Amino acid sequence: MEGFASNFLNWSVAQDYMSELMAGMAMTLKLAIVVNICGLVAGTVLALIRSLRVGILSALVVLFADVVRALPPLMLMIVAYFGLPFLGLKLNGFAVASIVLAAILASFTEELLWAGLAAIAQGQMMRYVVLPQAFRMILAPLTSRIIATTKNTALASVVAVPELLSQANTAQGYSGNASPLTVASIGYLIILLPMVIVARRLERLGKPA
Amino acid sequence: MNGFVDAFLNAAVLTRVWPLLLSGFGTTIILSVIVVPAGLVVGLWVALLQTVPWRPVRWSMVVYTDLFRAFPPLVLLIYVYYGLPFFGINTNALWSVVMALTLNTSAYFGEVFRAGIESIPRGQIQAARATGLSAGQTTAYVVLPQAIRNLLPDLTSNVLETIKLTSLASVVTLPELLRAARLAQGNTANATPLIAAALIYLVCLWPLVRLTSRFERRLLAARA
Repeated sequence: MEGFASNFLNWSVAQDYMSELMAGMAMTLKLAIVVNICGLVAGTVLALIRSLRVGILSALVVLFADVVRALPPLMLMIVAYFGLPFLGLKLNGFAVASIVLAAILASFTEELLWAGLAAIAQGQMMRYVVLPQAFRMILAPLTSRIIATTKNTALASVVAVPELLSQANTAQGYSGNASPLTVASIGYLIILLPMVIVARRLERLGKPA
Repeated sequence: MNGFVDAFLNAAVLTRVWPLLLSGFGTTIILSVIVVPAGLVVGLWVALLQTVPWRPVRWSMVVYTDLFRAFPPLVLLIYVYYGLPFFGINTNALWSVVMALTLNTSAYFGEVFRAGIESIPRGQIQAARATGLSAGQTTAYVVLPQAIRNLLPDLTSNVLETIKLTSLASVVTLPELLRAARLAQGNTANATPLIAAALIYLVCLWPLVRLTSRFERRLLAARA
């Protein structure tokens, strides 16, 4: 038990790395905000493009959404990070992580929103009537997608973005002690637990009586 | 154009690394075959324990669910992988992955099953009990068969997510498909192995993606 406390809950070790961990937390938040906003906007645009019902455009949107949803996010990130330089395009980790995670959220948002739009009677004015209704219908699954996207920011540690997990991992390596990982875990829970609890509420509300 | 084909669609490179990719693919299948059923079974228990009359049990299952839905799976995996040796438990990569992913996915499967169980009208359960079925029989013969049908869409999409999640194992150096592709890419200084691995994922998972899309649309259409 003592071994556990000194290895996992060692406050003095955690304190040594606190400023790095805080910087990591800030980076995680920044990445999460950028990715969620870009992903939601892009997904909405894609669903609207698809609602124009122009054959070739719809096919392209579906192709994009299917490919992105079929591949593991980590795979996409690694292909983008290690593959693009072969095309002479070298993006930094933050850019790669932002683009990949936003693309994934966009594809899920597009699919959900499209399903919502298709379910609503046609002939209503898109901007004021249909879109808000469609968003309301998909609020619960969309929230769990936003949570998944926020959790996936941890994958950015693999492409050298100094976010929370990456900082904790480094600190753990230097100190030979798992306490920085404990601090990081608490950091993630601080960001994500409130979102999970809100999602639980929305699921209850969204259920047809 | 030639440079592109050389770097991304190189047949010579592909033949060289194909055995490595295949063995990685095998490991991905093994992982999926362990983690998906484990997540389903544990998740079913998480859901069933939320129907018992004893409140501390119900609440602890809710806490379990929310905790592991909030925990990024990669963080959990690294915690398990680097953390358990401090307890004197000698973890290998495979069991760390199985443990971390089961904790994560069982929370999701648990929620799916719970929603399914709650979708069965109470009257049916009371009727089943009134005809002399035990609580266990009611669950097995009345509640679960219907619940699982209501839940097929969510179950499918969670199975898809779980299979995709096995790629995290590459971070703890378990040589599954993604890890194998990265090793091959390193050995050959060529992006073809990555593209090949992506195509393998795509071929295997695309049918599941289509299925979840169809389910989703039907569900929303029924609700509107």
